[in-house]
Amino acid sequence: MPKTLVTLHVNGERHEVAVPVHKTLLEVLREELNLTGTKHGCELGECGTCTILVDGEPWLACLTLPVEVQGREITTVEGMAEGGVPHPLQVTFTELGAAQCGYCTPGILLAAQALLSETPAPTRDEIKLALSGNLCRCTGYVKIFEAVELAARRMSSREPAAVAAGNGEGA
Amino acid sequence: MSEPFSIIGKPLPKVDGMGKCTGQAKFADDFNLPRMLHGRLLRSTSAHALIKRIDTSGAAQLPGVHAILTGKDLPVKFGILPVSQDEETLAVHKVRYVGDPVAAVAALDEETAERALELIDVEYEPLPTIMSIREALAQKDVRIHDYGDGPNIHKMVALEFGNVEEGFAEADYVREDRFFFEGSNHVPMEQHSAVASYEHDGKLTVWSSTQTPHYVHRALAQVLEYPASRIRVIATPVGGGFGGKTDPFSHEIAAAKLSMVTGRPVKITCTREEVFYIHRGRHPVLMWIKTGFTRHGRITAMHFKSFLDGGAYGSYGVASTYYTGVLQTTTYKIPRYKFEGLRVFTNKPPCGPKRGHGTPQPRYALECHLDKVAEDLGLDPVEIRRRNLVEPNSTTVNYLRITSCGLGECIDKVVEASGFEARHGRLPHGRGLGFAVSAYLCGAGLPIYWNDMPQSEVQLKIDRGGGVTVYSMAIDIGQGSDSVLAYTAAEVLGVEPSDIKLVTADTDLTPIDLGSYSSRVTFMAGNAAIEAANKMKALIFDAASGKLGVPPDRLVARDSRVYDRDHPEVGLTWVEAIRVAEARHGLLATAGSYTPPKLSGPYKGSGVGPSPAYSYSACVAEVNCNHRSGEVVVEKVWIAHDVGRAINPLLVEGQIEGSVYMALGEVLMEEQTFRHGVHKFPSILEYKTPTTLETPEMHSFIVESIDPNGPFGAKEAGQGPLLPVIPAVANAVADALGVRIDEIPITPEKVLAALADKRKGGAGRIGPKEIPTITFKDPIRVELPPGWQKVTVP
Repeated sequence: MPKTLVTLHVNGERHEVAVPVHKTLLEVLREELNLTGTKHGCELGECGTCTILVDGEPWLACLTLPVEVQGREITTVEGMAEGGVPHPLQVTFTELGAAQCGYCTPGILLAAQALLSETPAPTRDEIKLALSGNLCRCTGYVKIFEAVELAARRMSSREPAAVAAGNGEGA
Repeated sequence: MSEPFSIIGKPLPKVDGMGKCTGQAKFADDFNLPRMLHGRLLRSTSAHALIKRIDTSGAAQLPGVHAILTGKDLPVKFGILPVSQDEETLAVHKVRYVGDPVAAVAALDEETAERALELIDVEYEPLPTIMSIREALAQKDVRIHDYGDGPNIHKMVALEFGNVEEGFAEADYVREDRFFFEGSNHVPMEQHSAVASYEHDGKLTVWSSTQTPHYVHRALAQVLEYPASRIRVIATPVGGGFGGKTDPFSHEIAAAKLSMVTGRPVKITCTREEVFYIHRGRHPVLMWIKTGFTRHGRITAMHFKSFLDGGAYGSYGVASTYYTGVLQTTTYKIPRYKFEGLRVFTNKPPCGPKRGHGTPQPRYALECHLDKVAEDLGLDPVEIRRRNLVEPNSTTVNYLRITSCGLGECIDKVVEASGFEARHGRLPHGRGLGFAVSAYLCGAGLPIYWNDMPQSEVQLKIDRGGGVTVYSMAIDIGQGSDSVLAYTAAEVLGVEPSDIKLVTADTDLTPIDLGSYSSRVTFMAGNAAIEAANKMKALIFDAASGKLGVPPDRLVARDSRVYDRDHPEVGLTWVEAIRVAEARHGLLATAGSYTPPKLSGPYKGSGVGPSPAYSYSACVAEVNCNHRSGEVVVEKVWIAHDVGRAINPLLVEGQIEGSVYMALGEVLMEEQTFRHGVHKFPSILEYKTPTTLETPEMHSFIVESIDPNGPFGAKEAGQGPLLPVIPAVANAVADALGVRIDEIPITPEKVLAALADKRKGGAGRIGPKEIPTITFKDPIRVELPPGWQKVTVP
């Protein structure tokens, strides 16, 4: 199968991969770059599970071809923590139990990160709308809304982080 | 006086939470092993047919194809229940539903495997199909299987507790109703996936997204005809289960066989469409209920019939059939009870257990029926339930042992918070309130295959760094079983959950736990962990006692210290304590086991239903219905759940909220339905599930009844709160519009049809008008338990 050399900027790192052009970004991230934090629930653009950020905007990796996003900044869940410090959303999702099985969580975290960068203090309705393309079958969404709200408050320094959520400590 | 808990009851984060928020948690499809091949299954395009010929020669010649299997390569049948060994990994002579696996391929990549499937030529000889309960009972000459309790009847059950006619004779009022509950899929966000690796030392390892690694282990040994001692099953974190990953599956066995044939690792990940066809979801159930009441609203007798559309294979169906008739007695005192149920085979994907396993359908019927009775008798819907409420520490007429019961408190909470009594029946047209209650198991009393061994075992080992490793086969499917193991062990030993390391769900490394089903893990693995931790604590106290000169019964383990209760300054640090303990006793390793008490009643068929405890729930739903579009919007839900004790209230709330959500999908939109054997909507886009936008305001209340046998008094939280939501919404629609939708899901079309019927002077009811006229076998007549001799109890 003919392959094309594609240059991708993922989580601040530059990768050159030779892939058949029809391989989706989802497949390339997971299979070529071993970034398996990005999950999939349908591979048809229906469930939102594979949401990643492209230049800060939520995209569905399963409907994206790598050639479309060459030279643009791609963020996956693995790129959310900075210098080993989890993103506030990762902390609040952990603290409040917003991740149950955790399979939809990476996509929801990134969709929420995109929301908070545009709207630092979203209303509940704005959160619902921003996450309406991401399905979760475990939580009933309530804890997810609360975790986004708590992260928003902390990021705008209206409320300090109680703990660095770790292995069952604190909160 | 007992010390307050240091961990139990606190809203701690889940121990595996951060791993799931960073992408570090490794799910089955995340495995990429060196030299790994990709497998795919060819699935039947015919709903019912004989396989005349399979030609795999074209596929075998495709470059990159390494192995092809057909039915003859894996002829041994399997099935989750010993009484229903009716599945083949790949169909040998006959396919029974569209989607039945017929061949398996392993190739260098998925695309090659997919192309190979297209090159496999299967010649089918079509057989007449059976697509409904009615067809199954009518077409006696068409047989999907050659076993069962009658033509196309997988299982028929008839039980009578006391003389039900005697109860009806004492009634002042008798009512009959009919209901239908459509089937639904679990739609776990993670598609099923398995990776198998057979190595040249003869050891086979299978990683799978399964809720039941032990049962997969058994099925692999049976079908592969390979010693179980050489097979290792590791359940990977399950990306949503809800019962959909509790059977052993063809893709797991085929991946294992393909790995054995090729000597290379093989991964098979199912597509979303395949997940809809693999199914094992909620059974469609047609139901009939007849209940007698005194004029004061006391139940005198109940007769319940259920007809389950089982799909093409047995799966858990025998248990499912019993479950449609067994838990009615756990919420209300029913002095005479008769249950008749049957499950038919149809040419559709097999049904199995979904959250609430077999009990949401009858609960919906029962709770809607009770509302209708209350209306007829001029009673408040809450009052009629209160008058019949089961009591703690009692035995039901079908011999179920009730221990703790917080149902009354659950009712009080939701009724008060919602203002039900003042607002029900008084809201403007289009708005309504509905109420319902329910009960659920805390683990099935009996294992799936008959044995006397424990259902859950836990080992503990302490290392010299002070770390505690907990070994358990329990598998975290998102419900928090890893956290429960860590919290219980940490509480007993007085250390932090972060000091606990978990080795779970691995048939080589961990002792038995039967799996994450029937809401059994907290109760059973929790009790086993407490026993192991108490034994460990005794070893440590014994050694520390000598060192400190303090009697062991005065020692306390808490805050990572072991100290004298009366002189807290006299003590050892945790690490000092375990050092003296290891010096005295050698390796610090202990074990605990949990075997449920024998609770079955004195009759055949009493094995399904007994549980060491029952959880209770009550719900009020508020709806806003559009009488022009027929749309039902659930705006608010109040739900109370008696969990015994909340080991972690945050996780309990999460389970309650998730249950409410899943119930709302079932009651309003989800349908697993078929046209000519083909799924109507095998995609997430068309199979509607609730999104963030359909999430109502939820008010959850945790009720603690402190069960005498539960771990720290805990019961269950994962399944029970789904049950009352569905009938509460149906009852709310009736309150809002004055119509009855006796058929789940309550779609806009049905609401409009009911309103149109009412306008024309009809009853304003949509639902089944009749049930099949079939004579059930003579019931097993069971003598009444002590205390139930009188029909009307004062």
